[in-house]
Amino acid sequence: MQPSILIPLVSEPGNTASRDMTSWRTLRPVIEREKCTNCLICWIFCPEPAIFRNSLGQVEIDYMHCKGCGICAEECPRKAIRMVLEHE
Amino acid sequence: MMQVTRLDELYGREGISPGHTACQGCGAMIAIRQVLMAAEPPYIVVSPTGCLEVVTSQYPFTAWRVPWVHVAFENAAAVASGIEAALKVLEKKGRGRRHKIIVIGGDGGTFDIGLQALSGAFERRHSLLYVCYDNEAYMNTGIQRSAATPVGARTTTTPRGKTEPKKDIVSILVAHGSPYCATASPHLWKDLTNKVRKALSFEAPTFLHVIAPCPRGWNYEPRLTIKLAKLAVETRVFPIYEVENGRYRINYMTARPRPIEEYVAAQARLAHLLRPENRHLLEEFKKSVEERWSHLLELAKAFPAP
Amino acid sequence: MSSLKQLRLMTGNDAVAYAVKQADVDFISAYPITPQTIIVERLSEFVESGELNAAFVPVESEHSALSACIGASLCGARVFTSTSSQGLALMHEVLYIAAGMRCPIVMAVVNRALSAPLNIHGDHSDMMGSRDSGWIQLFCENPQEAYHYTIQAFRLAESPNVLLPVAVNLDGFTVSHSSEPVEILPSETVQDYLPRRERPVLDYDNPMSFGIFALPTHYYEFKVEQVQALEEASRTIGEVSKSYPEPSGALKKVTVDGEPDGLVVVGMGGTMGTVRHVLRSLGWRGYALVSLRVFCPFPRDELVEILPRAEAVVVMDRAVSPGMPSPPIASNIKSLLYDEGVRVPLVSAVYGLGGREPTVGMVRSLLEKLAGEVKTGGVRTRSLYLGYGGRA
Repeated sequence: MQPSILIPLVSEPGNTASRDMTSWRTLRPVIEREKCTNCLICWIFCPEPAIFRNSLGQVEIDYMHCKGCGICAEECPRKAIRMVLEHE
Repeated sequence: MMQVTRLDELYGREGISPGHTACQGCGAMIAIRQVLMAAEPPYIVVSPTGCLEVVTSQYPFTAWRVPWVHVAFENAAAVASGIEAALKVLEKKGRGRRHKIIVIGGDGGTFDIGLQALSGAFERRHSLLYVCYDNEAYMNTGIQRSAATPVGARTTTTPRGKTEPKKDIVSILVAHGSPYCATASPHLWKDLTNKVRKALSFEAPTFLHVIAPCPRGWNYEPRLTIKLAKLAVETRVFPIYEVENGRYRINYMTARPRPIEEYVAAQARLAHLLRPENRHLLEEFKKSVEERWSHLLELAKAFPAP
Repeated sequence: MSSLKQLRLMTGNDAVAYAVKQADVDFISAYPITPQTIIVERLSEFVESGELNAAFVPVESEHSALSACIGASLCGARVFTSTSSQGLALMHEVLYIAAGMRCPIVMAVVNRALSAPLNIHGDHSDMMGSRDSGWIQLFCENPQEAYHYTIQAFRLAESPNVLLPVAVNLDGFTVSHSSEPVEILPSETVQDYLPRRERPVLDYDNPMSFGIFALPTHYYEFKVEQVQALEEASRTIGEVSKSYPEPSGALKKVTVDGEPDGLVVVGMGGTMGTVRHVLRSLGWRGYALVSLRVFCPFPRDELVEILPRAEAVVVMDRAVSPGMPSPPIASNIKSLLYDEGVRVPLVSAVYGLGGREPTVGMVRSLLEKLAGEVKTGGVRTRSLYLGYGGRA
């Protein structure tokens, strides 16, 4: 229910998803599709999460929310993720 | 609840949305995401003041996709006690329903300022899971030492390195008679998520102590968070074990531990221990790790879990 | 009208506990402290015996007590706690939070002096130390009022346009431990008067985040809205009062006895009973008593109407405000009168600190002396400590 008085609460769950975190990055992760096995290791280790599985079951980076920490690239068992400069 | 066996079983169970303002590479957020995806709804999360609370709840935004409450710094366990008892009676009176209750707090709000409320909640045996994400200092206020800071570590209030050893929080809660207390690391996601499920299956207070490397406070490159968690475990600095009804089980045995120097070298808050003039501090650090590990082995031998 | 009237011999603490039981609270969490302990003990007896279907959580400190209450309140529970003195001081930060988070908690404060030095007896310094916390603050003169006002406190707190916590204050020992016949209402009557109302709660089916933090871009508006809600509560008190099933017990912001055109005594709490007794014996000639039952929101309109007619006002405060121009009530009244451009001679009388209860004799001497000053060219005394230097 929407409170009619100004109570300090937020009634829209997870609405931080509307915030764009692009400006936080210096590096961005790029998945090399041929090497990726969609194992989801990058996803379980992402602090945001800014990694998701698309309708084809492929792992993708959510560039609106990725902060470029590089953990995914570091932990990928197939070394299928490269970190490239954001402005390349 | 069913044991977690495959990673993809956890997909689609996020309790937190992205867009929060945690630092790049925040170890706590990785651990907390795993905790929430393992939990079975319905559940309520309670947090004390700290990194997690601040990065997730800046009005008018919230990263929480589940019901969440923050009240103050030292009282998360008391607030959770109130919720637990109230929901029990409200369900009986037909005006509410019971939820699992998960307190997620940092080492500051758990080991130090929150210890009294934590002790009270455990003594009264409220059914709740208390997860402490341990980044080993008061990180949100700028890296001041806490009781969870390891000996030798540099913080803003221990510029030369902390002289006291890390408080053994798990033993304190085992001493309260909690039927399940365990440690976990975000790099061992299967172990962590299964421990969450196991803990939530008890109608009793349970505790999960999770190591949460902090790129800013420990001073290392954000991409190395999982590597650091792994090193902490493999050097025996942070042993992975569980205590069920007072009986010990070491979950991750390291027959050939990595040298502690590797762990120390990887983070600037400890790297000074490698300097020749700090040899005695390094020895103390190593000694504290060895003593804790041996003691744990003895406990596992004397009180083995079946 | 055929409401059955029952009389029971009760202390103030008994009366509060009984009212809480009849209000069918869902959750109680408290820590014992003299002189509140009896309330907590009675309530745990009611819960144990099944007379009250509520969760009773015996927490390990007052800070945790109010914290647990907030948690429970946010689940939609009707919540009660109680404390005194050091306990109230210990939960100080949580008081502000409970008000800021708009939790309709009711708390009985059995007023007791604050350390140091340690003192377990009655005075108002505990509540005065937290008067800016955003709580509605009621003061009872006797056990009968403690009963009626505790019940009305729930309705006031839970009013949808209020949603603020309410403190029901009773003087330590003099009100909390004195017995008198208390008229109680039938339980069904109390429950009809206190319907359950919907408000935002913690529930997985409708996930919300409570206790968010607000940057300078937002905090100010939350605070001002909260202040306005507290002032708005002034109006709601009228509704709460009018719908109370026992008119003699309806909450009044102030009561006026006698004609307020001579020496007017203003104060609150149990000692007003003593003053009323003295003035009755003096035949009310040239005297009046204005006894506040609502301290916060301060009844500005009522007092502004009454006080300008007085020849002199004696404000009795059972607390000091060290370093400040006047103790709490006197300060508020001077402020009101200034706003109205009214200058009435005002005597600030501090009394009863640490439980040194003013006797009938002491009150009479004081008032006769001041009335004498009024007659002989106007009040000259500005402030005094009634009972200082004597021993209880």
